[in-house]
Amino acid sequence: MAERPSIFMRTLSTPIILIMVLVLFLAIAALVNSGPFNQVVIDAMVKVTLVVGLYVFIGNSGVISFGHIGFTCLGAYATAWLTIPPMMKKMALPGLPALILETKLPFGIAIVLGGLFAALFALVVGKILMRLSGIAASIATFAMLAVINTVYSNWERVTGATSSVVGIPIVRVVWPYFLVAAAAILIAHLYSISRSGLALRAARDEAIAASASGVDIGRERLIAFVISAFIAGLGGALSAHSVGVVTPDTFYLNLTFICLSMLVVGGMNSLSGAVMGVVVLSIIIQVLRQFEKGVDIGGTIFAIPNGLQEITIGIVMVVILIARPSGLTRNTEIVWRGWPLKRVSAAAES
Amino acid sequence: MTALLQILFDALSLGSLYALGAIGIALIFGVMRLVNFAHGDYISFCVFALLWPSIDATAIVFAGQLPAYLLIPIILATGACLSMLSEILVFRRFRNANPATMMIASFALGFVIKYTLLMLFSSRPKSIDLWSELALPVEILDARIPLLQVITIIITMLILAALVAFLKRTRFGLEMRAAAENFTMARMLGVRANAVILLAFAISGMLAASIGLILVTQTGTVDIQMGSSVMLVAFIATVIGGLGSLPGAVVAGFLIGGISVLMQVILPLDVRPFRDAFVYGAVIVVLIWRPDGLFAPRSAKQRV
Repeated sequence: MAERPSIFMRTLSTPIILIMVLVLFLAIAALVNSGPFNQVVIDAMVKVTLVVGLYVFIGNSGVISFGHIGFTCLGAYATAWLTIPPMMKKMALPGLPALILETKLPFGIAIVLGGLFAALFALVVGKILMRLSGIAASIATFAMLAVINTVYSNWERVTGATSSVVGIPIVRVVWPYFLVAAAAILIAHLYSISRSGLALRAARDEAIAASASGVDIGRERLIAFVISAFIAGLGGALSAHSVGVVTPDTFYLNLTFICLSMLVVGGMNSLSGAVMGVVVLSIIIQVLRQFEKGVDIGGTIFAIPNGLQEITIGIVMVVILIARPSGLTRNTEIVWRGWPLKRVSAAAES
Repeated sequence: MTALLQILFDALSLGSLYALGAIGIALIFGVMRLVNFAHGDYISFCVFALLWPSIDATAIVFAGQLPAYLLIPIILATGACLSMLSEILVFRRFRNANPATMMIASFALGFVIKYTLLMLFSSRPKSIDLWSELALPVEILDARIPLLQVITIIITMLILAALVAFLKRTRFGLEMRAAAENFTMARMLGVRANAVILLAFAISGMLAASIGLILVTQTGTVDIQMGSSVMLVAFIATVIGGLGSLPGAVVAGFLIGGISVLMQVILPLDVRPFRDAFVYGAVIVVLIWRPDGLFAPRSAKQRV
């Protein structure tokens, strides 16, 4: 019987293990060293950031949010405003304030500002929305997503309406994406073990008992909402730099669906679930994409029709919801308990 | 005066669509606490049932060529079948799940339906000519109102009246209202749960089909996205009306239709593209003012 792991390992093993999973991807990318594969890994890192952002709010509060991709949109456009060369901006987006028109910030600062912009918006909107609960709150976040999408698809002089905004510097190396994804995991974990995170989870499981014990549910939800919007905004900024183009419809229902399904497949109530969901679904999507392009089986090219990718993901999601409603991780965190790795129920831990 | 009448008819016909959508969603929510995100895709599916599957740019009209007395029942039956099928295959497995899980499952189901349509018909909108003679205007008190608007409003009124009669006068209607009020208690008193839920899905599917028919006649196009926008507003109408309240859903549907048309008229020209943003914003305001909706049914209150 080994000694109990140190307090450090007990509190921080989950994020460390999850970040190690990302490092593994980084290592594979370095080994393969091909452009397209790099892009796949970058895409996965962006998704990790987005889904971890979703988890911070949905996992801890139990309120399903359909609106976080709206924050992603805000973050993506904010970084576009800040990093496109001034010459191009004056042509494409003349409605921006003069200060922004003149500046061109480096990538690192711009994405953080993108995240902060989303967080600020969430603070204002959340102040109102977090008074709702349950299904009304979910629908209100949906309405928020629709508002953001409508505004960004029509504000010609500031967002370029539905046409693509081009000229965002493309960052093709993997490590900045890895750093942000890892930071997102760390922030999410620190939040869930914080006082506010614990209070919010208590409110999720027993709302009435929690508020009787002095938890101000609206306030704790707002904190989670703002933090998760920050992470979702960061993810949006990253995705803008990964492809160099933004359009409002990139950040609408499809992305919402993919991110939510990643979270659900992994297990909504755990950070490990968020990361594992991204890993598992990214692999499935990648395989299906290969099939859509066509694979050579016994001399004949065999390709599945377009759309089958989404259909498969949808079916996988429904089946998981039926068979394992708590997701692949059963809503538990992966923790370090000496060799070998064991999963322990989050309820028993906290 | 004529302009006013025009606005009134615009508002009523748009409101009709929203009300029909909202009531389809509210019916299902009432009996099983499911917020059915797939409802919009039922609408699209019914519209595409008019066509023969092909990914060409031009539509191959198939069922759409049938005479109206055959076409309408067939499309309604399609909606009902799809809706019942989704309950049997998917939602039946979620009887004991919490509403959030069911909501996500329906979101996924909607995507499966949408992308099935995309696979069969491609994502390009196609034009189709269905009863286009209905777009001709008729004169009512000097205002030229498209005949279709008048028909839409009349049909909606008829459907609503039939629904009220069904819910208030028949045994199934009584059972459905009982199930909406208190599902467990209703079951204990001998209401056959699965039958009632299946019937609610069938009605909801037929409502979706009728929205589809009206939409395709109005716009003359078919598009895999066409259900989504109606669905979004219909949802919002259900929430504003008070989740599960059928009269609330209808009133809120007409209310949102009215607000949309009114904003289209009174908003200054350069803000007009953002009309939808104002409408959704108004929704959030209503929810803050009355979080349970305007007509929250007693059963929706949380018991401590």
